[in-house]
Amino acid sequence: MGRCGEYDMVLAGGTEKALIMGVPFATRTFAMACHAPTEGPAGLTFPGVFAMAARLYARNYNLPLDALREKMASVSVKNHRHGALNPLAQFYNKLGDLKVEDVVNSKMVADPLTLLDCCPFSDGASALVLCAAEDARKYTDEPVYILGTGQGSGGPLSKMEDLTKPASRISSAKAAFKRAGLSPKDIDILEVHDCFTIAELIALECMGFFEWGEAADATVEGQTELGGKIPVNMSGGLIGKGHPIGATGASQVYWVVKQMRGEAPKGNQIDPVPEYGMTDTLGGDFGTLCHIILGRSKK
Amino acid sequence: MGKGIEMDKEYLVLTYADYEAGINEGKLLGLKCAACKKITCHPMPVCQWCSGRTLERTELSGEGELVTFTVIRIPSEGFEDDVPYIPCLVKTKEGPSVVGRLDYDTERATQELLGKQVKLSGAYTYKGDKFSGGPRTCPVFSVELSND
Repeated sequence: MGRCGEYDMVLAGGTEKALIMGVPFATRTFAMACHAPTEGPAGLTFPGVFAMAARLYARNYNLPLDALREKMASVSVKNHRHGALNPLAQFYNKLGDLKVEDVVNSKMVADPLTLLDCCPFSDGASALVLCAAEDARKYTDEPVYILGTGQGSGGPLSKMEDLTKPASRISSAKAAFKRAGLSPKDIDILEVHDCFTIAELIALECMGFFEWGEAADATVEGQTELGGKIPVNMSGGLIGKGHPIGATGASQVYWVVKQMRGEAPKGNQIDPVPEYGMTDTLGGDFGTLCHIILGRSKK
Repeated sequence: MGKGIEMDKEYLVLTYADYEAGINEGKLLGLKCAACKKITCHPMPVCQWCSGRTLERTELSGEGELVTFTVIRIPSEGFEDDVPYIPCLVKTKEGPSVVGRLDYDTERATQELLGKQVKLSGAYTYKGDKFSGGPRTCPVFSVELSND
């Protein structure tokens, strides 16, 4: 935008009203992100797609399913802990004290994902104001700069070589790192697309933050918490904050910016403030991805 | 679109309607590519492996390996009567993978099923809703018993 000279200032964001739809219709609506001719008649739902990925993850890495379910549950426990502290989150003041057993024992949605493995249906909105980097200080004393972006598109599930390693996510993240001239070790904060607990694990591995099959244990060990190797979803993520689908991408950027300005809610703020942050946003049928790398200074 | 533009040409050697009609007759239909010789299934206008455009219809064996599955407990609107049911992903013997349903006791479906040999054993037709583009059919697979 700034480089192309097309526009001086852009408002970007989105909104969603899904709670009002009720569970069956909301489930049907988000199932539209699946491939209609082949996945429609099978009756696949979006939790179903990720449930299939979870089973394959367990098999690929020789994990008994019950063991994986407990590790996935620790994603929900962490993200709800942070969502409960976030006044803008759907679960503000709720579910902040979840235990792994609570997640594992909640209602089964699509084996092996339970209700607490899933993000909620949400109503919400988010917006960002963007301008050329060189003009930013006319408008704010604390601009945050976009250093790199990546994008990937994939086809239907049947055309994916391995659901636990979606190629388009790997290439999208690589493109963002290349453009920014950075690598995973430079990133101080992540907002990843945890539509389901297993999704956070797969995202972390595809983006290169953990080796294949290691994100599960890393989460259990606290490596994705404050003070850990890479804090992930300190806003609460989609699970703790909510997932008004059209608004999520902008919301993830919003929370990285807030962290960089030291304005995140107490208990969620990284200290010292992060220098570099990254968002990971997923869409259609598992294979549509977007990554944005942000920084407190221009490069 | 004007004359002479490639997009006018009928690339659809096997349409979804053909594929679904095949399933209803107990056949898993696909496309064989003249360039790379590989099989494409579900149908596409081009080869799913090399994007080749010279394709001819072929029939697959219907046999494959169960890659993964799930048991749906909370359905999409329109699938309430089926609950619980098992969507699955099968890697066919011939190479491509297909999405369908697994005919199996939902309360006994465990991780042990992953990797088992399965075979096309039927068809499931969803009556359709205002978003589906009419009724749609997917293959139903059953676990081969001889492996146990």
